[in-house]
Amino acid sequence: MTKQKMPGARAVIESLYCEGVEVLFGYPGGQVLPLYDELYDANVRHILVRHEQAAAHAADGFARATGKVGVCLATSGPGATNLVTGIATAYMDSVPMVAITGQVPRSLIGNDAFQEANITGITLPITKHNYLVQDTNDIPRIFKEAFYIARTGRPGPVLIDIPKDTQIETIDFEYPEKIELRGYKPTYAGNEQQVKKAASLILKAEKPILYVGGGIIFSDATEELRDLAEGIMAPVTTTLMGMGAFPSAHPLSVGMLGMHGTRYANYAVQESDLIIAIGVRFDDRVTGKISAFAPNAKIIHIDIDPAEIGKNVRVDVPIVGDAKNVLKTLLKYVKQEQLKTDAWNKKIAAWKKEFPLTYKKDNLLRPQFVVEQISEICPDAVVVTEVGQNQMWAAQFFNYRNPRTFISSGGLGTMGYGFPAAMGAKVGKPESTVIDIAGDGSFQMNSQELATVVQNDIPVIVAILNNGFLGMVRQWQELFFNRRYSQTCLESSVDFVKLAEAYGALGLRATKKNDVKDVIEEAVKSGRPTVIDFVVEKEENVSPMVPAGAAINEILDLE
Amino acid sequence: MKHTLAILVENKPGVLTRVAGLFSRRGFNIESLAVGVTENADTSRITIVVSGDDHVLEQVEKQLNKLIDVIRVSDIPPDESVSRELALIKVGVDSTTRAEVMQIVDVFRAKIVDVGIKSLVVEVTGDESKIKAMEQLLRQFGIKEMVRTGKIAMNRGAKVVQVEKK
Repeated sequence: MTKQKMPGARAVIESLYCEGVEVLFGYPGGQVLPLYDELYDANVRHILVRHEQAAAHAADGFARATGKVGVCLATSGPGATNLVTGIATAYMDSVPMVAITGQVPRSLIGNDAFQEANITGITLPITKHNYLVQDTNDIPRIFKEAFYIARTGRPGPVLIDIPKDTQIETIDFEYPEKIELRGYKPTYAGNEQQVKKAASLILKAEKPILYVGGGIIFSDATEELRDLAEGIMAPVTTTLMGMGAFPSAHPLSVGMLGMHGTRYANYAVQESDLIIAIGVRFDDRVTGKISAFAPNAKIIHIDIDPAEIGKNVRVDVPIVGDAKNVLKTLLKYVKQEQLKTDAWNKKIAAWKKEFPLTYKKDNLLRPQFVVEQISEICPDAVVVTEVGQNQMWAAQFFNYRNPRTFISSGGLGTMGYGFPAAMGAKVGKPESTVIDIAGDGSFQMNSQELATVVQNDIPVIVAILNNGFLGMVRQWQELFFNRRYSQTCLESSVDFVKLAEAYGALGLRATKKNDVKDVIEEAVKSGRPTVIDFVVEKEENVSPMVPAGAAINEILDLE
Repeated sequence: MKHTLAILVENKPGVLTRVAGLFSRRGFNIESLAVGVTENADTSRITIVVSGDDHVLEQVEKQLNKLIDVIRVSDIPPDESVSRELALIKVGVDSTTRAEVMQIVDVFRAKIVDVGIKSLVVEVTGDESKIKAMEQLLRQFGIKEMVRTGKIAMNRGAKVVQVEKK
């Protein structure tokens, strides 16, 4: 490539072209004016959100749905700080994202200038890496590195802060071909000796279980996982982030584990003699009381991030590497061997029969029923969730068949994530039905994005499981605080149908079981951004439940 | 248990903040810190003393390695290394005590780097215990001010902490 003279702002756009970026989610402001001027006739789609937080979540949803790097853009100061929740969400769930912010001119940095915030300082603990452009000539290199860092190794968000004067200053643009990062060399291939050790443990195990998470999805290893599970006839339990990594209806699937996991998944983990953990991090919502976690199991832990191995539990065979690569190698060593897992699978099948995931099947409109209906009518939908009960029901009662069809804020648990993330997912996968399974609380945290989806014609469906409560907090208050519902009642605060209509979206409502199918079908058929208000049972609980601090087999059924 | 870590990092602005910030947010305690450029101008070396068991140390090393600007982390074992700290100690003296202070300084092979009518500035270099001993001995004369560097350490023999391996 020959060098071309251009201002820094143009260099940013050219860098985005070089990275294959087709869409940006953003919001303009004073310190990104030169950038927005370049965007005016740039060959990249810009989606104007109504709050910068939504830009970050949309970039995140886009990334999770497509596997590409999501990009968001905001001005300095409040624009940048509004991205923070979205960046932290992406960081906790290892989502590849590049966040671009404007900054006050270099000469003013540190002066408490108008709309100045030290965003690289603020995002230090919630980004994989971040940059402040101090020399305009560095823009191409910084973009090259940022995208590389965001999508490789354990993915994560990278922020680039660009002072306004560097957007104007002219440079000789040349996009670098090579990357030189002395301190960043992710390990992709697992150590062969360690893999052999793992294989020998697997072949000796009588009660193995595969415990898999988001790492499977990020490394595109669902096929290899299936081959391994079927090859060694081991049950598979997924984390929340791993929903879709293994088909929910597969005979070897035991569903989600942990606090709101299935009884049989939790029992199986606790009684197993070998846990094969892949792309997971032994989060407290999964392990429960850590000292009582899987007392008889040896643990094989495969993860691309060495710092996750041995962080929360002791590991017998650590393997640092990319899940897909490691599984491919592992498969070479475990093929066609005598297996001893028959009795184990029978035991699990009996648990499945005895303790199914269920709810009260009466004439009342219960939220679980709504999720089941969505699953039936839109089996190939991309499900995005808010946070709380809606999220758990979406995980429990939708029949997942493919990776990247369940998108949820797992680590940070960000209310208000679902709707803008659904918007991003729909932009990335316009051919898919994208449904945000929402609560009335969470939806109201970013409902202003109705304006964005209408203006940009992004036909997502928001299915509000409206119980008039901050349901998950209410559930904890019911169980642990004597039903003192302190500040969790939202009753009759909003007419969601009228709200949707006010923005020019379609608003629908279902109050009876019989209405559910019709409104879902109508929403899908309409091809318009739609909000469905499902007026569900108010005090329905997510069940079963492991109380915080208990072992995961000390699991309760709730009414 | 104390560990001395030699951390090679990119010699760029903001890197120390990243390293120090990581210690505080992960709940690791820095006992001593020293930073300086290495034999290569583009590489700095941070020496950090951290206390904790093997599990803590393992996490510290792994988390440090995740920082993009961190090139290499090495644990410097105390038995196979030399380590030094430096202190400047301003001691109050008069005509009756000056000679005694100078004698102590001499025994410790420390140096007097400034002489005033009522005070002396002593420069002492050594490991932690030597500086502590010196401080205790001078205390009786009245320490007016003291400043210490963090510890720096280097492996004995041919072993080196280099950029290449990570």
